[in-house]
This record gives sequence, structure tokens and C-alpha cells, in this order.
Amino acid sequence: MTVMLQTIDLSKQFLLHLQGGIRIPVLGDVNMQVSSGACVALAGPSGAGKTTLLRSLYGNYRVGAGAILVRHNNEMIELATASPRVIVDIRAHTLGYVSQFLRVVPRVAAIDIVAEAAHNLAPEAAHERARDLLTRLHIPHRLHGLPPATFSGGEQQRINLARGFMGSHPILLLDEPTASLDNANRDIVIAMIQEAKAAGTAIVGIFHDTYVRDAVADQLYHVLPLQDAA
Amino acid sequence: MNGYNFAYLDEQTKRMIRRGILKAVAIPGHQVPFGSREMPLPYGWGTGGIQVTAAVLGPFDVLKVIDQGADDTTNAVSIRRFFARTAGVATTTHTDDATIIQTRHRIPELALTEKQILVYQVPQPEPLSKLESSRAETRRMHGLAEYGLMHVKLYEDITRFGHVSISYDYPVMVGGRYLMSPSPIPAFDNPKMHMMPALQLFGAGREKRIYAIPPYTSVVSLDFDDHPFRTTRAPHACGLCGADDSYLDEVVTDDQGGRLYVCSDTDHCETRRDAGHVGSESPEVEQAA
Amino acid sequence: MTDETLLSARGLNLNFGNIPALVSVDADLWPGEVLAIVGESGSGKTTLLNVLSGRMAPDSGVVWYRAPDGGLVDVHAMPAPALRALHRSDWGFVHQNPRDNLRMGVTAGGNVGERLMAQGSRHYGDIRAEAINWLEQVEIDAARVDDLPRNFSGGMLQRLQIARTLVTHPRLVFMDEPTGGLDVSVQARLLDLIRSLVRRLNIAAVLVTHDLAVARLLAHRIMVMQRGVVVESGLTDQVLDDPQHPYTQLLVSSVLTA
Repeated sequence: MTVMLQTIDLSKQFLLHLQGGIRIPVLGDVNMQVSSGACVALAGPSGAGKTTLLRSLYGNYRVGAGAILVRHNNEMIELATASPRVIVDIRAHTLGYVSQFLRVVPRVAAIDIVAEAAHNLAPEAAHERARDLLTRLHIPHRLHGLPPATFSGGEQQRINLARGFMGSHPILLLDEPTASLDNANRDIVIAMIQEAKAAGTAIVGIFHDTYVRDAVADQLYHVLPLQDAA
Repeated sequence: MNGYNFAYLDEQTKRMIRRGILKAVAIPGHQVPFGSREMPLPYGWGTGGIQVTAAVLGPFDVLKVIDQGADDTTNAVSIRRFFARTAGVATTTHTDDATIIQTRHRIPELALTEKQILVYQVPQPEPLSKLESSRAETRRMHGLAEYGLMHVKLYEDITRFGHVSISYDYPVMVGGRYLMSPSPIPAFDNPKMHMMPALQLFGAGREKRIYAIPPYTSVVSLDFDDHPFRTTRAPHACGLCGADDSYLDEVVTDDQGGRLYVCSDTDHCETRRDAGHVGSESPEVEQAA
Repeated sequence: MTDETLLSARGLNLNFGNIPALVSVDADLWPGEVLAIVGESGSGKTTLLNVLSGRMAPDSGVVWYRAPDGGLVDVHAMPAPALRALHRSDWGFVHQNPRDNLRMGVTAGGNVGERLMAQGSRHYGDIRAEAINWLEQVEIDAARVDDLPRNFSGGMLQRLQIARTLVTHPRLVFMDEPTGGLDVSVQARLLDLIRSLVRRLNIAAVLVTHDLAVARLLAHRIMVMQRGVVVESGLTDQVLDDPQHPYTQLLVSSVLTA
């Protein structure tokens, strides 16, 4: 099993200049890895830093110390010191992310939001795949052409998920993917995760729902809250 | 010459104007500023043309002056008499006898020769003046050969009217480099400027500019590939001489809408009549005149 | 993925009297990417845009541009005709006020076609067809090709300016607050249009804005400026979600959300 994503002694703190420069350490010496076809679930109490870790893995948060290695184009690239251009390329082809909330782009239809996430697909093929994903996630056809700003939380999350699975990235990061979903849709997402794993995708996820976690995770990684160093 | 220098202007002024003319001839179509002098007639009456003529006139030249093609209008007569008095040169109404022809708003129908100079009176030398009000900007456009704006004007005409609406002072490219205003001659006359054997000089007194087209220079009217430049003339024959290929004036003959079309170039018409050509209205004209 | 930048600036300094407008500014732009320059009034962001595009000369420093033939050109050493030609062909500049870049007395078609005519296009039918094509791309009804922009709304004027700029397929477009001064709903439409055009046509863009949401929506990378100094730069979502510099943290925390 090839290691797709790995952290080495990863540490991060927040330095809040506006609050008098207090430092809040969030991550300390995180060493984890995930291989292709496997799913690692980040576990730990609320506020422990699970989302912070996930965002750091995506390059959305800066890292204080340590390294993040990503298998990109058959090479291990260190993400924490990579240039923005490299990170953009990694996100386009290798690393996908499904956040907890859909950041709404005004005026763009749901199906276009999903279709845009495809790379290596012609526009018609991307649209078809987007339509299939949305349909599978029970987004009715009449909503496909509407911008999701007025959709319910659950509907928005399903669009987010469709977009995340659209890219067929070898590594997928999922932040509470089933949080606003009913059981039926929850089970669909579980199935989608299992299919991705079977296709070789490496997954790192935060699953609040232990039912889902037990269904998809091969391994738990515990993120422990650090003491305040105020 | 009654206290006036030859051709009215002093020698230093003529030298200054000649330097301007030389520069203009060296850069065909480019507007050269010059120190326009006070002349004994107001701006708008041909002071630029007169200064250019005065600078190139010699004692053995034969001068012809036309105004809208006619030798016998007030202005043409006045200017011709002015030079006869201040330079003592011979004058003529016959195009082929003249060595210098000063003209307002027309080119003679008879093809000119290498031995002749055509001096145009120009009101507004800047072809872009109606499109760009800043002179500094138009100078930049000429310097950089950025003439897109003029083509935009032609585009707009075609959009609005289906064809270019410019009927006189139709812009031309000289020597493939400079955009030039040919002065308010009818578009009909534009083709005559191309590869003309005579030297063409342009003088604008009020605007203080001289420009020139040396003999045998390319002069091309602006157009589009799918809307090529066409000359237009009234679809009539001259009522006096019968010419069907000359530029015509329309003369209202009575108050019942009667009209007579005659050659604008009076010498051309007269020469044709002397040669025996007649038009459909020949007998009536003596009464109307 | 090529490593060659399309535009690179090193050590730009510019003072207006005693006021530092640019202090040792470096910048890089790669083909097909959007770089946002954000900051408040007086930050120097517009000055930087003007220096990068050759409209204003720096006191010191250099701006390199990679021409289509692959050679590097010093933007401020170029002769004026060459720079003007560049602005009409390979480069574009979208002004905050579209009236600064449009001829209000010329039809929409004439406005869009002007750059083509300036480059030597001489076929009326082709020019008009190209103008209609671009009007449609910026979502202006093709039937308005013969209308004067005097009767266009603010949003339409801005879209017309964009069409006029893009007609020569520039590889690099400079934008100065392209949505500033427009109603919010109009802004949304325009941003969506810019976003899709930039992606589809693989245009590199330098975008000056005071609106962080616009930067987040359109830009891959962002530079934050304060009083002439680039205080932070990097991946857009990283700088906006995990700001490191005190000024960036202040900017980000000051943004109101509806």
C-alpha cells in the first residue's frame, strides 16, 4: 500500500496580533499517514484541532513546524514550504477537500459549481457526471440549474459533496461530510466513500457520527487538545 | 510694384515658408507648422494658399486661380489680381497654360503635368479634428501612425447609413504612412491626387500648417475591403458642353424648380465648347448669366 | 506546468514627494493565474498596478514582461509606440470607470471593433461579426451592437469595456476595481463573467481591489499592501483564512458579512 499523505512532527499555533499577541498552540507533533485505498478518521473532542489539521493538510492553513508530504505525480512533495503555484496544481489534480459549509458563489448554478470541479473532462462529460452525482445525492433535477444560495443546509452540503467527489482526486479530505444529512443520504455518502476507497483513493476525514466512522474508517488518529501556553 | 516686395511677402518670410515646404515635401502628408503672416484678407479666405503661392512664385510663372472650379468668382478674381499687381506675373484661366494653379475646394479636370504646381487652400489641416479634440493627442496619433479612430468613423458611417457618408474632405493615406486631409475637395476628385505628376502643396493660414504630396506619390482613400471607396457624381451630363464624366454644379434657374447641371470646372467646360461639344441647355445659358 | 513567469517585478520603489507609494515591491505573475492586490486607500495598490502596466515609472526597480516570442522585455525601457501597441494587443486594462475606456459617441460595435481596426482589420463584415460575438460573450444583447453606450447601464458599460479589452485575446489583463461603484446584484453578475472568461480564455490578470470577497472569488494568489509595503502574500484562501501579519488580520477581521 503506497503512502499518499503523511505528516512529520507537524505543529501549529495561532498568533493573534489583535488580541495583544497571544499565542494559541493547536497542533503539536502530529505524525500520521494514510495509504491509498484506506481511510483515516481524525478523532478527538471538540476544539481539539481536527479541522485545523485537515485545513493544514489542504494548505489552507499555514504550518508552524514539521512537514506534510503529498504523493503528487509519483513524487513526495512537501506541502508546508511549497510555493502557491505548486499547491494550486496539487489541489487541481491530487488533493480534494470537502468543507463543512458550501461557500456560495453568487449566480452560478448548482450543476455548474459541481461540473467546474472536474479536470480532464470535456464540458459535456463533466456536466453529465455532475448531473449523475447530484441525482445520486437526491438533488432533484429542477434544482440543478439554480444557484444554491437559497438551498437548505443539507442540500448545500450535498452539492459540496458532489463537487468534492467530482474531481476523482487520489487523496480526499472530508470535514463532517454527513453532518446535515438524513439517514438515506448519509448511507449514500457512505457508499460513495467506500467506492472511492475501492478505487484507490486515500481519505482523511472527520466524522462526528460514529456510525459513519465505523462504516468507512480503517484507522483512527486521535488529535489531542494542547494546553494553553498563554 | 508700388512699395511691395515681389509677391507681397518679404524675402525672409518666403525663405521660412520654403523651408516649411521642403520639409513637407520630404515627409509626404505630414503637417509642418509655419509662421503664418498677416495677409490683406481675413482668415478663412485663403491666406494659407496665398502664402504658399507667394513663396513659390517666380517672375516667369503663369498663375491660374480657381474657386470651386471657377475662374470668375469674386475670390478667384481677387487673388489673381492680387498677384498680378504685387508680382507682375502673367495670369490665365486655361489650365494647360498655367505653371501654378491655386485652388479652393477642387482639382481641375485636365490632368496636370510635371511642370505644374497645384496649391490647395485648406481650412482645417487635421483630418482627425472632428474625432479627437486634443491636438496633442492627434499629433501623437500621427507620430505613432495610430489611425484606428478614423476607421472607427468609417465603420460608424457604414453602420448608420450603409455606406461612408463623407462626400468631401475624404481622408487619405499618403505614401502609406500619413493620414491626410485633402482639403474640402469632393471625394470625386480624390483619385486625381494619386501618382499625380504635379507637385501638390497645401496651405492652412489660420491653422498655420503646410503639407505636401510630392509628384508620383501614392494617395489612397480610406475604405474597407467589403465597402471599397467609390466616387460619386450627379447622374447628369453638363447642360452646356455635354460632358458626362466631369464634376457638376447644380444651378437653380427659375422659381419653378428648374435646374441646370454644368461643369464645376469652368475652363474645362469652355475648352470643350470651343472644341464643338454641346450640351442640351446650351442656348439658355447666355440669358441666365 | 511552466516555471516561467509572464510578468516579474523586482525592487520597485516610488515616492510622491515624501510619501512612500511603493517600498521595495517584488511581484510575479504566471500565465493563466489571477493575482489580487488588496489594501485600503493609500496602500499603493493602484500605484503598483500603474507601474506594472507601464503607465507610471518607478523611481527604481524593474518590471519584466515575457513577450509571445519568449524574450524578456523591460517594460519601462520600451519605446512609447511599442508600449502603446502592447496595450492594444497582448495586454488589456480594465478601468474602474468604464467611461475612461469607451467612446461614448461611438456604437457598441465600433467600440469593440476599434482595437481590431487599429491592428489593421479592414473588413467591415468581419469586424462587425467579431464585435457581435464578443458582445454575446459579455452577455450584452447582440441587437445592441449599433446602439450608443450613452444609453447603457453602469453594469453594461463595464461589460462593454471588458469586451473591448478582450477582443484582441490579450494574455494579460490589468483590472482596477472592476466592480467598484456598481450595485451589488450587478457586481455579482460581472464577477461571475470575469471569473468564467478568465478561466475559459486562460488569461493572466492582476486585479486591484479593496474588497476581500472579490479577491477570494477571482484570485489564486493575493498580495496585501499597507503604505507601499507588501506585508503578506501567498495563496488567496490561505492568506484570508490564516492571516499571519497584524495588518492582514485586521483587514480580514474588519470585513462585514451579510
